[in-house]
Amino acid sequence: MLKINNLSFKVDTDGADKEILTDISLEIPDGKLFVITGPNGGGKSTLAKLIAGIEKPSAGQILFNGEDITGLSITERARKGIAFAFQQPVRFKGIRVEDLIRLAAGKELSLTEACAYLSQVGLCAKDYIHREVNASLSGGELKRIEIASVLARKSMLTLFDEPEAGIDLWSFNNLIDVFRAQREEISNRSILIISHQERILNIADEIIVLENGRLVQQGEKEKVLPGLIGTPSAVSKCQGVRS
Amino acid sequence: MELNEIQLDLLKEIADLSGVPTGAYNIRSNSQSIGRQSSANIEIVPKETVSGIDIFIKPNTKNETVHIPVVMTESGLKEKVYNDFYIGDNADVEIVAGCGINNCGAHDSQHDGIHRFYVGKNSRVRYAEKHYGSGDGSGKRILNPVTEVYMEDGSYCEMEMVQIKGVDDTVRTTVAELKDGAKLVVRERLMTHGDQRAESVYTVSLNGKGSSADIVSRGVARDDSFQRLDLKIAGNAECKGHTECDSIIMDNGKILAVPALEANNVDASLVHEAAIGKIAGEQLVKLMTLGLTEAEAEEQIINGFLR
Repeated sequence: MLKINNLSFKVDTDGADKEILTDISLEIPDGKLFVITGPNGGGKSTLAKLIAGIEKPSAGQILFNGEDITGLSITERARKGIAFAFQQPVRFKGIRVEDLIRLAAGKELSLTEACAYLSQVGLCAKDYIHREVNASLSGGELKRIEIASVLARKSMLTLFDEPEAGIDLWSFNNLIDVFRAQREEISNRSILIISHQERILNIADEIIVLENGRLVQQGEKEKVLPGLIGTPSAVSKCQGVRS
Repeated sequence: MELNEIQLDLLKEIADLSGVPTGAYNIRSNSQSIGRQSSANIEIVPKETVSGIDIFIKPNTKNETVHIPVVMTESGLKEKVYNDFYIGDNADVEIVAGCGINNCGAHDSQHDGIHRFYVGKNSRVRYAEKHYGSGDGSGKRILNPVTEVYMEDGSYCEMEMVQIKGVDDTVRTTVAELKDGAKLVVRERLMTHGDQRAESVYTVSLNGKGSSADIVSRGVARDDSFQRLDLKIAGNAECKGHTECDSIIMDNGKILAVPALEANNVDASLVHEAAIGKIAGEQLVKLMTLGLTEAEAEEQIINGFLR
């Protein structure tokens, strides 16, 4: 279980503090799928980065399975079972797709096992497994490889930052299946997805709305989603997704 | 031929050999040839006036290999060796060279290998050269390789030149001259650490119509080391040339990239790319989110980059 107590995050802009997140408290129980939505610039990605340890909070506390992890590094949090899929995946010269998946798995994998993760995200494994994770890959290919690397982690808490951004319609459909399969694979795994997409919001157990750095709404999908439809917090059809 | 543990270790590093190679070979250890074998199509002959060997590869020789590794384990040895490769027309061969120095003493060890390749018409050559140093003596491990490639019409040469570890001082000089339709591909990898210095100087002349060259040098300069990369291509005919220096700088390393393109013909098309920078923070962060420490992430990034 992830528990966040009174979390705030400030940045220094031209000598003045700017508050990006203010006093956020929430709980994500085991086995639940939460989606965070809200207008752009509302602090969604920052919250995910604070959970993964990529940013440090200015105040507040993060507990994971009862342990205070606020002071732990990215590496330590990863080893405790937190995985993070980047909104804009990183490119590496020379590191191959198979290397990235093996590093993510944290153990030796057979080629067949590594390929299975690529197949899950709809990539023809034999075309990609030996390729470098470099600029020769398109944004959509890179995004799917990013998601495959996170699947290989088999973590207890997985954070996806706008997983649909930059991918085509086919893989978007596939993505929904990926999230479902993630839940089935480990029954008490929690998933936190940042997304505006109505179809992703639709598979959530609970929805959190962040606006101007504040948690303005949280509740079961059935209660929250109807009020969001038609606003930028719940984009329908394929806006933002390339068809 | 008996090889001791240090020799075997060096051979493994530089030529990926775990013993005596198959095919034609010459193994040089501490300034002596300790094993030599010619094959039906490849003849290795020692030079008479200077140190080194001539390697004659018959025309039409296909899918054969030549290994000419050099190992040095005595501190204080200094040598200059001339190896000339005469590759007949229409051949297709692989040549594996490389030098490993283990210096546990206080004196500098130095190997200057001058390799000249005369590549016949329509021949294909793959050349791999790895340089490696080990040993904890205060004496330096110095390697100054000179590589000259003279390519006839329609020939193709692919060169992988790697210096990954332990070489204190190096000046690498590569000269190539290409005739009609010849193609040269070079992949260089350089890593320097401690207070090492490495200079790599290329002068490639595209003299023939339709000739082309693609030279990519990747380097990592760590600690207080220094690298200088001079990559020059001269386009003297209708030709295509591309050079790229791509470097990662770490700690107090210093890197100087000096690209040069010289077009002497209106149909010469030449491109240079150069980039120097530290490891991107986001790359480290990504690998740390997979559970690697910062140092492990750095190692993975460098190993990949220099692969």
